[in-house]
Amino acid sequence: MNEGLAIRTRGLTRDFGALRAVDHVDLDVPRSRIYGFLGPNGSGKSTTIRMLCGLLTPTEGSATVLGHAIPAEAEALRRKVGYMTQKFSLYEDLTVRENLDFMAEVYALRRARKRDRVDTISERYGLTRLLGQRAGTLSGGQKQRLALGAALLHDPELLFLDEPTSAVDPENRRAFWESLFDLVEAGTTILVSTHYMDEAERCHELAILDQGRLAASGSPQDLARDIDARVVLLRTDRPRSAGKALHAEPWVLSVAQVGNELRVLADKAQEDAVAAVAARVRAAGYEVAHCESVPASLEDVFVAATLPNRTARRERAA
Amino acid sequence: MKFLHRIGAVAAKEVRQLRRDRLSFGMIVALPIMQLLLFGYAINMDPRHLSAAVADLSGTAASRQYVHDLAQSQVIDIKHQVGSAEALEALMRAGQVSVGIYLPPDFERRLAQPDRAAGQLLIDGSDTVVQAAAASLVSPARTAPVADAPPTLEIRTYYNPERRSPVNTVPGLIGIILTMTMTLFTAVAIVRERERGNLELLITTPIRSWELMVAKILPYIFIGLVQASLIFWLGDSLFRVPMRGDWLDAYAVILLFIVANLALGLMISTLASNQFQAMQMTFFILLPSILLSGFMFPFDGMPRAAQWIAEVLPMTHFMRLIRGIVLRGAELGELRGELAALGAFLAIALTVAVRRFDKTLD
Ligand SMILES: Nc1ncnc2c1ncn2[C@@H]1O[C@H](COP(=O)(O)OP(=O)(O)O)[C@@H](O)[C@H]1O
Ligand SMILES: [Mg+2]
Repeated sequence: MNEGLAIRTRGLTRDFGALRAVDHVDLDVPRSRIYGFLGPNGSGKSTTIRMLCGLLTPTEGSATVLGHAIPAEAEALRRKVGYMTQKFSLYEDLTVRENLDFMAEVYALRRARKRDRVDTISERYGLTRLLGQRAGTLSGGQKQRLALGAALLHDPELLFLDEPTSAVDPENRRAFWESLFDLVEAGTTILVSTHYMDEAERCHELAILDQGRLAASGSPQDLARDIDARVVLLRTDRPRSAGKALHAEPWVLSVAQVGNELRVLADKAQEDAVAAVAARVRAAGYEVAHCESVPASLEDVFVAATLPNRTARRERAA
Repeated sequence: MKFLHRIGAVAAKEVRQLRRDRLSFGMIVALPIMQLLLFGYAINMDPRHLSAAVADLSGTAASRQYVHDLAQSQVIDIKHQVGSAEALEALMRAGQVSVGIYLPPDFERRLAQPDRAAGQLLIDGSDTVVQAAAASLVSPARTAPVADAPPTLEIRTYYNPERRSPVNTVPGLIGIILTMTMTLFTAVAIVRERERGNLELLITTPIRSWELMVAKILPYIFIGLVQASLIFWLGDSLFRVPMRGDWLDAYAVILLFIVANLALGLMISTLASNQFQAMQMTFFILLPSILLSGFMFPFDGMPRAAQWIAEVLPMTHFMRLIRGIVLRGAELGELRGELAALGAFLAIALTVAVRRFDKTLD
């Protein structure tokens, strides 16, 4: 078994009745890294995390987490992982301190260690002044810090964060991510799901999930370099109409308007995409002010990887 | 002893949450008191103006005075004057009167005789309220009060298959209250935790599922014992409910019943997907427990099918046990069958609950 891997899955699959929520996913998550799950709602991020925590039994496939086979050895894993659920799942009718004490006791920390950890954690995550407040009355950002702190009380080797920043303002999100890098430097492995591009961009590695399938995986840089499309930026006087004209072309994968510009993803088979895009727009009768090839962003990667009818378009193009 | 640590943590949290939920916490005490007063006084209440008929065969001044005194009490309204005991019985059979007063021709002479009753008081005993009230009529004084003498009127109770009274109701009330609170509280406590997502977090921690179950029911065992004691205490001070059996036996039976209901609550929590469903399922059990267990209506008078259903309910067996101990002073050994039935129910509910209460979200 690979020593450097925190998580390894092969063909991991989960069905809910007729619905295949996770479809043969292969993951290799290295240790001491932030590994991201990027995907739209319903793409199977939570389901995958729940299987890796031993909360759900896989329908098919295998998974090894910190050297333990899942779900058979899930119990042995409990002490080594922390889990921050997508929905706030601490007790809203208990105070911050009561919640932290409770979680520490459930992890059976000794009294002195419990006090020590609760103090350290509440200081690190700015909870000290909130200790006496009911968790239900906290703001989104405060709840998130409490949930993260609670998941870290027992010093887990591996931390699962399921969309941790969905109810948090941008400034708090920044601070939150800084704290994640602190943890990684101390040796923790973090698996975090998100649907924010800027967050995905900060991960060491990430997996793009689409309808339960692994659409692409790798570092954000590698993913951008290896994107299966050509990216063309176009400035025109009639962006909406030009966009519609382009979209009708079988070799155009997607068109997105950004301000006055159009960001066009063209099929890789289209050798000179810049010329083809400009020609198509002019042919439709609109002016082309500027047209150039640009490096792919993570959003381009995501769009290219999750196109719904990619193969169908290919066949039409051929 | 890490598991004790974990169980303690969950149990303490449970108590803390319950204390903070003012309404539920209040219910623990308010429910038994309210029910006790409701059932106790509904049965014990002092009705007035019961319809009555008089058959005064002696027709003397003394007999007329006696009937007049009875009417003065306002417990009865004399609606009919008839000429024979048979006529009195006919009126009662027809439901026109619930009290009949029969004064024989030699009423005046009998009044002076201390060793026998002078007349008869006929009571429709099919309603315990009526029965209790009418019985109070016998006290009006004889002309010559004598120690240990029989009362002026000899009571003859009609149509009463099973004599019930607050004394009979209060022990059964313990069963109703425990069924209601124990089952509902555990079921809801767990379902709520699942609904709010707390369970998803809890089951990724090292706590084992049996630890979680034990920790969840532990506080309620204590609460159940408090409720039972409250009913015993109020029953004694308000209605003079006796304790003819052994306190230890009574509490042993109550403990068994509490645990059986907690197991039932756990089982419901594994079947219900939200708090409302948990509530519905609890009432699905509670209603037949009230109606069929013998608490409201005499068991023997029920149709066969209802009796079969009743035998499945833990409440029916508890009712027999607790009435046996409290009212008849029975010993546990004599009630072996009922104990076994309750134990079997506990074993089944617990097995189902434990098997279904898996530590996954599947
Ligand atoms: N317990 C469940 N029962 C039935 N379907 C479920 C369940 N959990 C998730 N799903 C379905 O599986 C798919 C993936 O869901 P999820 O893993 O929550 O996605 P994500 O976290 O990426 O938003 C969705 O279509 C969702 O409706
Ligand atoms: Mg999710």
